[in-house]
Amino acid sequence: MSAHDHHLDGHLPHEPEKATLEGRNKILGFWLFLGAETVLFGTLFAAFIALRHQTLDGPTADHLFELPMVFAATMILLVSSLASVFAVQALHQHKVKPMIVWLIVTILLGLGFLGLEIYEFNTYVSEGHKFRTSAFSSSFYTLVGFHGAHVAFGVLWIGLLIAQIFKKGLTVVTAPKIYVSAIYWHFIDVVWVFIFTVVYLMGKVG
Amino acid sequence: MKEDAALAAHAHTVKRYRGLMDWLTTVDHKKIGILYLIAGGLFFLVGGLEAILIRIQLIKPMNNFVGADTFNQLITMHGTTMIFLAAMPMLFALMNAVIPLQIGARDVAFPFLNSLGFWTFFAGGVLLNISWFAGDIPDAGWTSYVPLAGPTYAGGHGVDYYLMGLQIAGIGTLLGGINFMATIINMRAPGMSFMRMPMFTWAIFITSALIVFAFPVLTVGLVALTFDRLFQANFFETGNGGNTVLWEHVFWVFGHPEVYILILPAFGVISEVISAFSRKRLFGYSSMVFATVLIAFLGFMVWAHHMFTTGLGPVANGLFSIATMLIAVPTGVKIFNWLFTLWGGSISFTSASLFAIGFIPTFVMGGVTGVMLAVAPADFQYHDTYFVVAHFHYVIVGGLIFGIFSGLHYWWPKMFGRILNEKLGKATFWTFFIGFHLTFFIQHFLGLIGMPRRVWTYLPGQGFDTMNAVSTVGAFLMGIGTIIFIINVIVSAANKKPVANDPWEDGRSLEWSIPSPPPEYNFKQLPLVRSYDAWWNEKQKGNAEMPPAEPVGPIHMPSPSILPLIMSIGLFAAALGFMYHHTIIGIVGIVITFACMFTRSVFDDHGFHIEPEEQEKGVHA
Repeated sequence: MSAHDHHLDGHLPHEPEKATLEGRNKILGFWLFLGAETVLFGTLFAAFIALRHQTLDGPTADHLFELPMVFAATMILLVSSLASVFAVQALHQHKVKPMIVWLIVTILLGLGFLGLEIYEFNTYVSEGHKFRTSAFSSSFYTLVGFHGAHVAFGVLWIGLLIAQIFKKGLTVVTAPKIYVSAIYWHFIDVVWVFIFTVVYLMGKVG
Repeated sequence: MKEDAALAAHAHTVKRYRGLMDWLTTVDHKKIGILYLIAGGLFFLVGGLEAILIRIQLIKPMNNFVGADTFNQLITMHGTTMIFLAAMPMLFALMNAVIPLQIGARDVAFPFLNSLGFWTFFAGGVLLNISWFAGDIPDAGWTSYVPLAGPTYAGGHGVDYYLMGLQIAGIGTLLGGINFMATIINMRAPGMSFMRMPMFTWAIFITSALIVFAFPVLTVGLVALTFDRLFQANFFETGNGGNTVLWEHVFWVFGHPEVYILILPAFGVISEVISAFSRKRLFGYSSMVFATVLIAFLGFMVWAHHMFTTGLGPVANGLFSIATMLIAVPTGVKIFNWLFTLWGGSISFTSASLFAIGFIPTFVMGGVTGVMLAVAPADFQYHDTYFVVAHFHYVIVGGLIFGIFSGLHYWWPKMFGRILNEKLGKATFWTFFIGFHLTFFIQHFLGLIGMPRRVWTYLPGQGFDTMNAVSTVGAFLMGIGTIIFIINVIVSAANKKPVANDPWEDGRSLEWSIPSPPPEYNFKQLPLVRSYDAWWNEKQKGNAEMPPAEPVGPIHMPSPSILPLIMSIGLFAAALGFMYHHTIIGIVGIVITFACMFTRSVFDDHGFHIEPEEQEKGVHA
């Protein structure tokens, strides 16, 4: 039960994130939280699907979306997810330096994605697709914006965890934090795959 | 548990609080349970007072006790308060007080989040209720249908209080759901397999799953309506392409599972109480578990039965109608299991047992009207009449509140170390039970002869007068029942007589194997569970206590923390700031909350240890 049991003798177990009951609780609780997040995004998707043709006088999805840029954003986010996989592999091998490098790659790619999204929203607003334009625009910005806010939170969170690793090292207390932040990052990635499909691809063909 | 002595000594430097600060910083599930009970109880009194005012207004035709506006505010606040701020917190009180004890755990999986869940609920509840003092009171009904609740027809900040209050309280509920699922999955004592869990634990496990999968839907609905109202979004603004039926779907996709979130824990309480006071193993335990799971599953499939008259068409109405009727099957299984548990049992009629036995016919009546309402063509006649009001009060008051009263009388000695007075308990039951049926039975007929719900008054000579007067008398009787309960609480608090571990002598589950109230670490040694009804079976074998699953040793405890309270205050301030367009205050509030999250992440909680010598000194809680 105690967090101290395993780093007294100076070496970590193979999966340090699951070495303590606290760690196992954290991982299980986080999966449950992601279940709730799935429902949250599911509802946002449902609202978007119900309202996506209500463009009124504003620009339509077909008119607005530039697939090459969105595709680039998608690739950036997918690669960032890969980077976080490498970070967790480094964690399991107790290689702290490569783990930090991969985590930094993850958040840099996340920042790149956010930059593209801000640029994209900016372009849309200048084309007359504002938050208040239509039901389509409100639901679009809410769904994609919620996702963007999750990415921004993830960047800040993983950034904070990197600082903690520098300070405290890799222990049975910090390992579960890295691990759940990686699950979170994959979840954001999966949500984006659905946004790419439902919002952008269906916007082009539907 | 085995710990290096030097480290254990080092970890002892954690500051322990006394008095008020102890309650504000506690992460002990037993104390959080008591906080939930006090806060939920207070909101129950507020909601009850609102109900009494509603009934006084309706006591005679063309009454002008309160105006039409006030009446709308009263019904809105009564419904919202009772469901989100009274019923659910009182359930959380029982969950917190009992679940870790029933599964043989020292605490919940996330004690800090448990405290955060309480304080966010409390901040949300206070926010909703200060609307009375701000003079801008929610008045669009507890369902807050649009366009009535939209910016066009509900100016002012009334509905904003509803949206922000529920949003913040909802965070607490979601955290609680996640916490109890993780607790029940990961923290069970050695030998406590899933099919050896007490029925109340099963009910809470399923309820928590419902919370996790239903509450985010409400979150999104509240966000969308908030965006419409504060930032001129167009989710529900039909003029700009929005869709009002979308709100109905979102609200009820959350709202129907919500009624099972309310009733399943009551089913759990009733199962425990009936089994204990019949001195029999619960009849059909595994079918009980299966029925609970099935009810929860079907609960997600039936939301549109609240929308039969919306115009979804005959196919949708037909499907939702049949799905709704299906729920009667697992519910019937439960009813018969309770009856067969009573059958041949050696029943003692304590207050807890009376509430549980009174629950059965009352809930069956609510269920029967539920099946009547599930018939879509007939529902067109009942819709928005007092028949519906009677139905949902039969299942919520006659089901859930009876269950809570039963559970409170049953577990009171375990929670507080004082037993409630049986005479006063029985007086509570009879006044509340008779008052309840007097209030609501007659409302079925009021509805059938055409009295619509949510009207602030009615004309004489329609046959409504006498029945409304009778209903109001019943409401006062329920109020008296509640007052007797409060007197009972005070009397029992004044009574200094200590209570035995197993004061009913027929306790079946692990909570009765430890002192009342339990020490803050609950179990000195985690128990070894060898069967369903573990404690009962050990008693049958002549054992005076549970066999231990571990040697005596230092017990690791989490440190108390003030952060949950500060985080909730931050959210509270942020909500007020955004509502009144003082963006600075809003941002400051959010920053406070995030700063607390930052602090919590950066500074590790090493907790402290309770040594065996201290354990010998006895009860801390």
